[in-house]
Amino acid sequence: MARQEKKKDVVIVGLGWTGSIAGIELAQEGLDIVALERGEDQSVVPTFKYPNQIDELKYGVRNTNFQHPSRQTVTVRRNEGENALPYRVLGSFLPGNGVGGAGTHWNGLNWRPQPVELQLRSHVRDHWGEQIIPDDMVLQDYPVTYDEMEPFFTRFEKVAGISGYAGNLKGEIREGGNPFEGWRSEDYPMPPMKTTYDASLFAEAAKKAGCHPFPAPAGIASQAYTNPYGMQMGPCNYCGFCERYGCYQYSKSMPQTATLDALKAYPNFSYRTGAEVLRVEMAEDGKTATGVTYFDHAAQEEVFQPADIVILSSYQLNNVHLMLLSGIGQPYNAVTGEGVTGKNYAYQMNGGITLFFKDKNFNPFVGHGANGQAIDDYSISQIDFGAEGFIGGAYWRAGTFNGQPIRSMPLPKGTPTWGAGWKEGIGEWYGHAMSIGSHGSHMSYKTNHLDLDPTYKDPHGRPLMRMTFNWNQNDLRMNQFQKRMMEPIAEMMGADSWQAGFKDVGAQYDVRPYQTTHNTGGHIMSDSPTTGAVNKFSQAWDKHNVFCMGAGNFVQNTQYNPTGMVGGLAYHTVHAIRTQYLSNPRPLV
Amino acid sequence: MYKALRILAGLVILGVVCLLAFIFVPVQRTEPATELAADWTPAPGQGEYVMNAGDCVACHTAPDGETLAGGRAIESPMGTIWSTNITPDKENGIGDWSFADFRAAMIDGVTPNGTHLYPAMPYENYRLMKEEDLRALYDYLMADVKPVAVANKETSLSFPFNMRFGIRAWNWLALSHGPGFTPLEKTEAEDRGQYLVEGPGHCAACHSPRNTFMAQDGVTADNGSFLSGGVIGGWNAPSLRGEGSAPQQWSVEEMASYLATGRNAHSTANGEMGLVVEHSLQYLTDEDNIAIAAFLKGIDGEKVAVPSSFANAGPIVTPTAPADDAGKATAEMLTAAEPGLPEGARLYLDNCSACHFVTGKGAAGIFPELQGNHLVTGSEVGPLVSVILHGAEVMPTAKRPMHLVMQGYADRLSDDEVAELSTWLRQAWGNDAGAVSAADVAAQREAPTH
Repeated sequence: MARQEKKKDVVIVGLGWTGSIAGIELAQEGLDIVALERGEDQSVVPTFKYPNQIDELKYGVRNTNFQHPSRQTVTVRRNEGENALPYRVLGSFLPGNGVGGAGTHWNGLNWRPQPVELQLRSHVRDHWGEQIIPDDMVLQDYPVTYDEMEPFFTRFEKVAGISGYAGNLKGEIREGGNPFEGWRSEDYPMPPMKTTYDASLFAEAAKKAGCHPFPAPAGIASQAYTNPYGMQMGPCNYCGFCERYGCYQYSKSMPQTATLDALKAYPNFSYRTGAEVLRVEMAEDGKTATGVTYFDHAAQEEVFQPADIVILSSYQLNNVHLMLLSGIGQPYNAVTGEGVTGKNYAYQMNGGITLFFKDKNFNPFVGHGANGQAIDDYSISQIDFGAEGFIGGAYWRAGTFNGQPIRSMPLPKGTPTWGAGWKEGIGEWYGHAMSIGSHGSHMSYKTNHLDLDPTYKDPHGRPLMRMTFNWNQNDLRMNQFQKRMMEPIAEMMGADSWQAGFKDVGAQYDVRPYQTTHNTGGHIMSDSPTTGAVNKFSQAWDKHNVFCMGAGNFVQNTQYNPTGMVGGLAYHTVHAIRTQYLSNPRPLV
Repeated sequence: MYKALRILAGLVILGVVCLLAFIFVPVQRTEPATELAADWTPAPGQGEYVMNAGDCVACHTAPDGETLAGGRAIESPMGTIWSTNITPDKENGIGDWSFADFRAAMIDGVTPNGTHLYPAMPYENYRLMKEEDLRALYDYLMADVKPVAVANKETSLSFPFNMRFGIRAWNWLALSHGPGFTPLEKTEAEDRGQYLVEGPGHCAACHSPRNTFMAQDGVTADNGSFLSGGVIGGWNAPSLRGEGSAPQQWSVEEMASYLATGRNAHSTANGEMGLVVEHSLQYLTDEDNIAIAAFLKGIDGEKVAVPSSFANAGPIVTPTAPADDAGKATAEMLTAAEPGLPEGARLYLDNCSACHFVTGKGAAGIFPELQGNHLVTGSEVGPLVSVILHGAEVMPTAKRPMHLVMQGYADRLSDDEVAELSTWLRQAWGNDAGAVSAADVAAQREAPTH
């Protein structure tokens, strides 16, 4: 018999970026709110304190800041014919854990999608015709437009404290910014970060090649910053410990620097850690949820938390898992193409070139996760899909982001991988390498999806979620296009040697090496209940008091890092709850 | 001879009579500064506001104790004084007190049974409070505060300080002013600020020096020693007047931000001042914090422009300040980072410069300036050493909700290293203060100042 807690107006599942945004905005409405967080509480001090946090072996290699697979994981297979096996060692992606969630250990790359990315099916149809869409691609428009989203992107960027330089200010294209970005109603809240040597070399070469370099938009404070909630950031010292680490310096955009203390100040808000939500409970009529059941790790018992509104704001994989376990949305069936929950799982298609210069010293230990100069000249809005034979695009970026000795020792091909020869190579090349990365879109396909695993169960007896995912030729062709475009620019830079690493057509997904933690889709937004799990307000089509936040909403993945859009969608959703739902709870579409 | 003896005997008897009278004749209570109309009642919320302005909670609430139920240790040079229960509990608190009793405690330092309060209770300052505020506070304490049945801890100082009747003589020296408030009649805001500073805020209790008799040297704004700096509980309460003082160096907005949020473009409030922000100043209206800041700005006679707001909602971006002339040499030495750096400078680069910068200027609102920071250069070295060892925190406030925590370095730096670092800080960027010894550090490692 589960313990029952006092009923709340709102229960929030997962206290990271979107959970804390929902919390603070709904707390302003005076609602009685509780957030349930599976992991532990985390603060800058003591959780991320210096120098303990910048321990590469503990956090960078042994992944101590993340969800441990023994507690929760997925099974993975590449196609329907394979037997999915549990993801036992973190590799390809790194789901977060604890208060602040993945918002604590990201790199800080904060992008908005291009306007055409949100209406991609229409864009393709209008320019080349629907016949260029591959049969297995599930290409849809987002049910929101860039213009609708713009105020919410702006709002998130102010809260998160983003440094950058607008390239398109209310339609005016500005030299030095990104000319291919969507319009901005205001410039970035903070001026851009400083540029490191490697980034300026790249920018110079890119310019010569006719491209338009601009400083990458960074969720890193270039100056002292106070956000609209009165939360604060201190200027970054470029120590290079962003990705996989919490920031000890109050410099990275994290819920800890942007939302959490402001949220905790509301007396009508509380949160519980060690509270692992097991399922959403449904009313008898099946149209609404009544609350959630969670496992209280301290008391070692199940607890029912009743609430009028349920907000699923945990990591994308966990959100989809909870929805599959709770019967929110019909599970997607890859054979028939019917169903919505688990549909359109997507990822990211990346590649890059590493360049070695004997006579240049890049001081790679100076940098940050969002460092560098970027170009959007080969992005989705700039490519002739009909001529090139794929749908997609990428942004490129060069900029040192860490010089950590275990994982950041690029060596020219042919250097021994161990022993005296390896040591000699390190001595010769450490600090003399730089790279240009291509960060590319990933479309959605009938074959890439999430469902419940028939075999493996978690410690609570729940089936694990199963990921069926493989690379698709369309995105691999896009990747090869980026390689062809990048090679001449790399060649121009006059390196002693350089080597490209781009997955080629025919490549198979390998879950072992780190790629990105940009897992998207699974509870996508749509304009009809048959094509997605939630409507444009992230409201479950079939359970109107359940709102599902995060990158699970992505119809297909954009060419950018997802946080900017995740934050924008979160503000879009809570705005709808505040202005439309609370006064009259109902399906909003 | 006989006559002389008679005179002597007479004098002895007179002396004994006087002594007995001194000890046993009840103290005459001071008459109220103003007579209130019989039907006068405080405005809604006025009493609680006065309670916040008077910072009653900070002293009269024990750590983790019930609000206003007393039991906090107030360390004084004479020993530990325990704050008392001021909830309306009849047995342990002030539930049986009349308003006249309460006023006497507030302005004469005398309880209903005639016992003298130790002047840790700042009745020297509360004596300057308006009758209306005393009444509002009394009504609030009696009607709106929950009675708490917590017995008072007995304060037992050593001889002669346990002879409380001696305070009577002390009061003759200390209470030559008041009762009630006399404005200097500058601007309306400055006069309001003067009242809050002199009266309920009792700023002089820490920020004025003490005279030979340990009374405040400068209780009112017409005294040149008023707020010219003191020492409290091992902390420097810096001078709030004169060239180089914070009110003269900071804008009125910056001072108001410091008062209301515990942080501004230059510094953060730590130690005793952190408690004042946490328990008192953050609850004042913006107008009142501006008023205090304006009064302090004009304390030496400068004409003050009164701003309308401060510490507004973001986005606010503040560039980091470059090194100034005084700090240039140090900044250059740290930037060059030659192998022969002094140990203190090396320790600074390795542990501190990421936030406080080679300029010692820190970052607005979040990382305090170390150049010219009184906590760094003060006569009391305990706070600086304690912050390095054990860290520091600024509590959340309404306008700046972030709980700002600086980590400590006790597990990373030895006593010798902290002494080297502290000494270096006290002499960097034009700072000019004496050395810190490893023994100073050892003392703080064992018993932090906060």
